[in-house]
Amino acid sequence: MAIEDPSGQYSSVVTTLPKSPTGIEGFDQVTGGGLPTGRPTLICGGAGCGKTLFAISFLVHGAVKFDEPGVFMSFEESSDELAKNVASLGFDLPGLIEKKQIVLDHVKVERSEIEETGDYDLEGLFIRLGFAIDSIGAKRVVLDTIESLFAGLVNQSILRAELRRLFRWLRDKGVTAIITGERGEGTLTRQGLEEYVSDAVILLDHRVTEQISTRRLRIVKYRGSAHGTNEYPFLIDEDGIAVLPVTSLGLSHGVSAERISSGIARLDTMLGGPGYFRGSTVLVSGTAGAGKSSIAAHFLDAACRRGERCLACVFEESLAQVVRNMRSIGIDLQQWVDRGLLEYHAARPSLHGLEMHLSRMHRAVDRFRPSVVVLDPVSSLLTVAHETDVQATLTRMIDYLKMQGITALMTSLTHGRNEQEQTDTAISSLVDTWLLLVTLESSGERNRGLYVLKSRGMGHSNQIREFLLTDHGVELVDVYAGPSGVLTGSARVTQEAQERAAVLVQEQELDRKERTLERLRAAFEAELAALRAKFEAEQADLAIGIDENRSRAARLCADRDDIAQSRGADAPGSGNGRKQKGRV
Amino acid sequence: MEMTDIRASVASSGVEPSHDVQILRLYIAGQTPKSIKAFANLKKICEEHLTGKYRIEVIDLIQNPQLAAGDQILAVPTLVRRLPEPVRRIIGDLSNTERVLVGLDVRPAS
Repeated sequence: MAIEDPSGQYSSVVTTLPKSPTGIEGFDQVTGGGLPTGRPTLICGGAGCGKTLFAISFLVHGAVKFDEPGVFMSFEESSDELAKNVASLGFDLPGLIEKKQIVLDHVKVERSEIEETGDYDLEGLFIRLGFAIDSIGAKRVVLDTIESLFAGLVNQSILRAELRRLFRWLRDKGVTAIITGERGEGTLTRQGLEEYVSDAVILLDHRVTEQISTRRLRIVKYRGSAHGTNEYPFLIDEDGIAVLPVTSLGLSHGVSAERISSGIARLDTMLGGPGYFRGSTVLVSGTAGAGKSSIAAHFLDAACRRGERCLACVFEESLAQVVRNMRSIGIDLQQWVDRGLLEYHAARPSLHGLEMHLSRMHRAVDRFRPSVVVLDPVSSLLTVAHETDVQATLTRMIDYLKMQGITALMTSLTHGRNEQEQTDTAISSLVDTWLLLVTLESSGERNRGLYVLKSRGMGHSNQIREFLLTDHGVELVDVYAGPSGVLTGSARVTQEAQERAAVLVQEQELDRKERTLERLRAAFEAELAALRAKFEAEQADLAIGIDENRSRAARLCADRDDIAQSRGADAPGSGNGRKQKGRV
Repeated sequence: MEMTDIRASVASSGVEPSHDVQILRLYIAGQTPKSIKAFANLKKICEEHLTGKYRIEVIDLIQNPQLAAGDQILAVPTLVRRLPEPVRRIIGDLSNTERVLVGLDVRPAS
């Protein structure tokens, strides 16, 4: 499924070949304006491929939108059946018939009722068709499925000659016609109608691969006009047929410098302030239960709070489930749904083929005109298609959203240890901001961590943050980054407690030492006081002793002088010597 | 044979409708050799095999195109036996008398 843009090819062709718009979404784009005006186009395909619906859409849109009345000649379904079948698409055939905008003619060919004998022609059919065309001035004609005639009439050579004449006649009439044909074995139509219709041939295909059905459309031939030759996926739903719009990969979309909040204040900070760029594409990838949807819910909640319209395409949960789950983290999404700001599209991936999903999203975007789109999770699309297809589809989607200036947030589930799955890497080049949610396993528990893997055009944090889901939303906290590595969860809490304990122990030790010192000082001072007391006591005693001795000596001296005086000593002071001599 | 001739013979059998009367309508588109041949063949077959028990209307779709849808006409000439039921259609110039008689339930299919 390649991507191409025929827009540059047909601009010059339009002037040479007039085209009649079908009003079928996407088809007019692919063909550069619709079907060739005034010529018959063959639409072929297997049973149930949507031929009749394509044809009736062409007719009804012609009558309603382009003021071109039309004739529907049905060779299979009766008018009543047809009216009922298309009523579900909102086409009011009886009303249009009433207003003379459409004529329905059911041509019944019952072989059992018909006997053929001899030569005939189909002038009756021509007259009938001509009358119908003239009665309302029809510009468009559908013959559905003219091949039924081959079952009703025996003489095939007459039939073939008459069909050839019919197509020429249609061209002469100048009506834009659709002829439908059943697909044959090895040929486009069972009866080789492609031989007669040489202007444009469109092939519709309805194939089922691995129980998933996909409708595809291919322009086999479009004489005089450039056209895409690829298969274009198309879908049929309650809004009718839509051919998958082909978007170009031209990077010509405008960019906005406006930033919008992710809804999580700390995450905005990690992104360098105000949040994501408006119109950018954000990928949130992570393992199961990592909190991808919660990040998405925050983003939706924030956008709705700003009064912006949001579209969420979820592939794994119902709306009720999402609302309930997000309520548990304190986000009330129901209020936004009620106010018409938030629209949910929940569909199992296996419900449709990939293209169908894409075109449904496309349609929803076109109708709802949101400013924010969330796809949750894109990885589940891998269950219905191969990686290359998913990649191509997402590329288209992202491109489309970018061109519309819509901010997109996609989540992607990764498995196991390999955090960056191939899908992620495949689309990562298209993504502007890539958030990676990791689970950090240690000491018997899993904790969530968030990195900003890349974010174009903003100075973003290179730090991992621990990601907590609380009853009031997502909280980002710093992880413990210490000598023993990155710690989260209870390990972080434990580590923090341990650190607090260590500090406490240190404080206590200091306290103890201080007290010891104090005690020592007190002891020292007590001892000092005691010593001083003792010293003072002894000092006093000694002083008294010294005084006594001194006074005794003085008295002794005085006594001797007295004695000497009394003995009449001849020389003061020699008395002693004399006395000693005298004694000898 | 002229167009007016065909028209003149429309009510020629002149019988009232009843259960054994064949009400036949021949649809043609203008005075073509095929139409003229078909009318001649029809008249001959009726006169030979349904004497007095038939009525033929000829409808020219060129003049009354609105009547084509009502009787589910595609091919011309087409002979429609409207009565008795069931409605039978025989297309072509009616050159094979046997097949016409089978078609009109006059003779069982062999």
